[in-house]
Amino acid sequence: MILYENHGIYELLDDSKLFIVSDIGDAMKKKIPVIEVRNVEKIYKMGDVEVPALDGVDIVINRGEFVAIMGPSGSGKSTAMNMVGCLDVPTKGKVFLDGHDISQLGESELAQIRGKKIGFIFQTFNLINSISAIENVELPMIFQGVSKDERMEIAKKLLSLVDLGDRMEHKPTEMSGGQQQRVAVARALANDPEVILADEPTGNLDSRTGEEIIGLIGKLHKEGKTIIMVTHDEDIAKHAQRIIRLKDGKVV
Amino acid sequence: MILDYFRFSISTFGGRKLRTALTILGIFIGIAAVVSLISLGQGMQNAVDEQFEMLGSNRITVTPGGGDMSSPMTTGLVAAKLSDHDVEVIRKVKGVDHAIGVLVRTAKIEYRGKSRYTMLFASSTDSKSIKFIENIDYFMLEEGRYPKESEKYKASVAIDTGNSLFDREIKRGEKITVNDRNLEVIAITKKTGNPVHDTKVTVPLDTARDLFGIEDEELSLIFVETSAGFMPADVAENIEDALRKDHRVKIGEEDFTVATAEQLIASFKGMLGMVQVFLVGIAFISLLVGGVGIMNTMYTSVLERTREIGIMKSIGARNIDVMAIFVIESGLLGLVGGVVGVVMGYAIGKAAEMIAVASGVTILKVFYSAELIIGALLFSFVIGSLSGMFPAIEASRKNPVDSLRYRR
Ligand SMILES: Nc1ncnc2c1ncn2[C@@H]1O[C@H](COP(=O)(O)OP(=O)(O)OP(=O)(O)O)[C@@H](O)[C@H]1O
Ligand SMILES: [Mg+2]
Repeated sequence: MILYENHGIYELLDDSKLFIVSDIGDAMKKKIPVIEVRNVEKIYKMGDVEVPALDGVDIVINRGEFVAIMGPSGSGKSTAMNMVGCLDVPTKGKVFLDGHDISQLGESELAQIRGKKIGFIFQTFNLINSISAIENVELPMIFQGVSKDERMEIAKKLLSLVDLGDRMEHKPTEMSGGQQQRVAVARALANDPEVILADEPTGNLDSRTGEEIIGLIGKLHKEGKTIIMVTHDEDIAKHAQRIIRLKDGKVV
Repeated sequence: MILDYFRFSISTFGGRKLRTALTILGIFIGIAAVVSLISLGQGMQNAVDEQFEMLGSNRITVTPGGGDMSSPMTTGLVAAKLSDHDVEVIRKVKGVDHAIGVLVRTAKIEYRGKSRYTMLFASSTDSKSIKFIENIDYFMLEEGRYPKESEKYKASVAIDTGNSLFDREIKRGEKITVNDRNLEVIAITKKTGNPVHDTKVTVPLDTARDLFGIEDEELSLIFVETSAGFMPADVAENIEDALRKDHRVKIGEEDFTVATAEQLIASFKGMLGMVQVFLVGIAFISLLVGGVGIMNTMYTSVLERTREIGIMKSIGARNIDVMAIFVIESGLLGLVGGVVGVVMGYAIGKAAEMIAVASGVTILKVFYSAELIIGALLFSFVIGSLSGMFPAIEASRKNPVDSLRYRR
């Protein structure tokens, strides 16, 4: 019932969040849960067959943590990420982000949270191929109503950060996998989210390029971002502070 | 934000140039048709106005045949006839200053060994009639004078008659042959812009009746000028009464039609308008078809870009944002079609005008109003947006997780 206590503390502190973040030290900050997955079930209906992708999962992730999620294929890792990332809502159970129960939220509020608080990095990069790298990085800011000037400034800064300052006008199709994934990292950072969700970010990259991306993600962690990363690779998982293992939709 | 969506939509067209081009084809044909038809139609209406201005607002025309069938266009197709006697009757009507009978025929003209067919106009040659006719724009003289009553075998030609029929200007003093009779040209009529009047030959009425072997007093139409201080419409009614009495016919059974310049304009414009409504209606149907084309393209686009929709949602796009993006995109498809269509329509209208001018109708000036062009552009954007509405709603409702998993 640690979950409950943590949540209680958080609720208590929620109103004065800004105060806490700026004035309480790292040690204290780490104990603030940013994500709580409580007894979550997710059942996909395939015709008459019910596929339980998650079967009573409890996960707590604190602010500033770097967590790896591992498990065999089909164990529910991506499904769990989708719940955390507000892309999907659980069939049963609750998901709290910053103490707010997201299962109660409507479509547009969920979208707003995704846009502001969460940055996604996908295995297949998921960039929009018809527009340039810088436009891809701008896109999340467009949905938050950021002005063109500010967007350009931030996008340029982020692309330089991932070492793509000289590739800003290139389209994703004109870039290597590693470069595309770096654009995706820059895009994930566009609205300065609290949480970065990376679902097998190195899955489509060779090991060297993969290491580069992990290095980048590690850097983000050091700068204070909360990171949740799905991976199959034990070596890559070592970069995380903690590993959560899933099997058949359950934490093991 | 909306502006950003516009920019975003435009950048997505680049990758699908051929399809974009094919899609807008449907819209641009429709818009081109609408723009060219309406601007031509407007040009024609203006030309009609101008023509009747030339006729004079205080003039009344009387034509044979009654009822709705009769208009200046059907003259000659009806069995009823007007005669010199009718002119006498009309001249006595209250409010009538003067009236003249005109005979119109197609005649074979020979000049320097070549023969051509053209319109021949004939009217009386008493001095009052000549004065009257010289004041009608169509019959104003550039040089010379109309033949007197004693000059039976003299004629006048229009300024272009020679050039357009015989590739050579006909000068005063030269001879032309009409139905095997030699006539001396003593006058040239002014340019009117109307090809019929610019290539005509005018002769005295008696001469024409001789040339065509007309035994009775047949006339093609009667021109009436009203006296100062009388309303043309009132005088027209008086003339109708007088002719009805003279022809012994009841109201509704007239074998003649009396129309003021205004009424003629109205009936002409009404006819033009009907033709225009019909053609523009067809053009609108082609626009609807264009809209269906856009809808089809958008459905394909939504399906193809399912993954893109998932991506946009994962980075914070709300349903309404996704919908806006697709609606704007299809609106832009429509608008691009509209822009191309307006340009094409303009070109077609201008081409039609040039063809008209080349064939002598110099009075036809295509008229492009700002309303027409702005309206056409707006309409093409609206039809594009509306066509994209359902595909956009479908796009916006897609579940982000499934969309991200979507594989082509
Ligand atoms: N949209 C869906 N519809 C139906 N079943 C689904 C859907 N998404 C996932 N599943 C099922 O739920 C289970 C968990 O899937 P999930 O994608 O979370 O696994 P994973 O751990 O990410 O696997 P992998 O390592 O292969 O990516 C699987 O059995 C999968 O077939
Ligand atoms: Mg997965």
